[in-house]
Amino acid sequence: MGNEACGEGAIQAGCRFYAGYPITPQNELTAYMSRRMEGVNGTFIQAESELSAINMVFGASVAGMRAMTSSSSPGISLKQEGISYLSGCELPAVIIDVMRGGPGLGNISPSQADYFQATKGGGHGDYHMIVFAPSSVQEMFDFTYKAFGCADKYRMPVMVLADGMLGQMMEPLEFDEDMKPPAVVSKPWALTGAENRDAQSIKSLRLGSGEASLERHNEKLQEKYRGIEKKETLVEMYRADDAEKVIVAYGSVGRIARSCVDSLREEGEKVGLVRPRTLWPFPHEDIRRLARGKVDFFVVEMSAGQMVDDVRLAVLDDDRVSFYGRMGGGIPEEKEIVRRLRDKG
Amino acid sequence: MTRINESIICAGSGGQGVMLLGKFLANAGMTLGLNVTWFPSYGAEVRGGTAHSFIRISSSAIASPVVYLPGTAIIMNRPSLDKFENSLVPGGLLILNVSMCGQRPERDDIDIVEAPLTEEAVKLGNIKVANMIAAGIYAARKKIFDKELMVSIIEKMAGTRKELVPVNVKAIEKGMEIAGSQDGG
Repeated sequence: MGNEACGEGAIQAGCRFYAGYPITPQNELTAYMSRRMEGVNGTFIQAESELSAINMVFGASVAGMRAMTSSSSPGISLKQEGISYLSGCELPAVIIDVMRGGPGLGNISPSQADYFQATKGGGHGDYHMIVFAPSSVQEMFDFTYKAFGCADKYRMPVMVLADGMLGQMMEPLEFDEDMKPPAVVSKPWALTGAENRDAQSIKSLRLGSGEASLERHNEKLQEKYRGIEKKETLVEMYRADDAEKVIVAYGSVGRIARSCVDSLREEGEKVGLVRPRTLWPFPHEDIRRLARGKVDFFVVEMSAGQMVDDVRLAVLDDDRVSFYGRMGGGIPEEKEIVRRLRDKG
Repeated sequence: MTRINESIICAGSGGQGVMLLGKFLANAGMTLGLNVTWFPSYGAEVRGGTAHSFIRISSSAIASPVVYLPGTAIIMNRPSLDKFENSLVPGGLLILNVSMCGQRPERDDIDIVEAPLTEEAVKLGNIKVANMIAAGIYAARKKIFDKELMVSIIEKMAGTRKELVPVNVKAIEKGMEIAGSQDGG
């Protein structure tokens, strides 16, 4: 199951602290961590709320541990303050969001309506998380594993943005049981007790001036983000080279769209797929390169249209970007996407 | 191997084993080296509500795990028949548990295997294996899984609870026998 694959990916990445609070459709992940942490001498805590879970992760991370929490949309909303603080304090953490229909408590069906929240800063302040977008159970594992390496390397929270379909579906997963965790970077900033060294602190309140000013701190964060944009963007380009129409879709919709591309190609139509595998950083450059040719873009999401804004920013020609979305837990069928694509001419 | 593209809905009420049945079929498909997906659907915060699982087994990559037009529907109770009978593709297979369904199917363009699965399971000594009788019927009709493979999957899924294996194997055998006695068109 996708949720369990995330859990195992975290364990293999050396995550030894998990705190969470139950919510469908990610409960199997919490349950998996409760079973698995015991065997690896790690810590599992079912917290009393989402707020305490994210702040427990903050505490574990500040002490240098690889730490994770998970939830689904309404619970992730509750964690936003903690995510902003992790970003301000430059603390690594991994957060799994298995999105469900909203707004509010919504329902428990798959959704992609939290793209803005994940990529544009759901909490306050100028920050970003790296946001991975898996589209298979294998990628649920791979990206969760990878997220821990990125979080430590860049000292920042990293999100794996899945949805209820990916979380609850089962399909085969392959991994090497002897795999090594991502390289452990030293964490001289961690608060591990001041024995034999000067006392140090980690904080997000910055009232100083000059080098100690909040503005300077923000400049440093932005430099870091620019570097990440250059290095960490992941995208799958599928049969896109000679395409006249390109579907842009991520996650669950990405795998359905890939199948649409295959069936349209069989009928001789030159259709390709761009599947962002990171949503922040977003593959603007890859899409812009395609847009230099005479390509039309068709964005499909399980939302009212959120990622489509980033596609428009990349293409810079709104007439060539069209959109189809389902909301509130609706999942588009393959033939529905094909029909809508043809309707757009 | 011929190309395989199976789409299955297992539907019933909570406790009838429709999730486990789906996992069993997906496991068997995976063991044959096929692409498989399993996806559940159930009511939130409800005990004993209606539930179903979608299974796909395919020689090619699987796009969506959701099944809209099933080739096979394994129906364990009446509300599930009402819900899914019309979605079956023409020529599809309907496996119906008549013990829990006081109603005949209306379709005449599908292959129907009807049996009192719950009663048969009670006769075998465990009401919970009604789902595995259905698995036996499915296997006999579709001829994708042989008995040996299914027994190995039962053993794998039972894990340390080995005492559960014999009654589940008997259920599979019963299902294959029922399928043989109702020769479809």
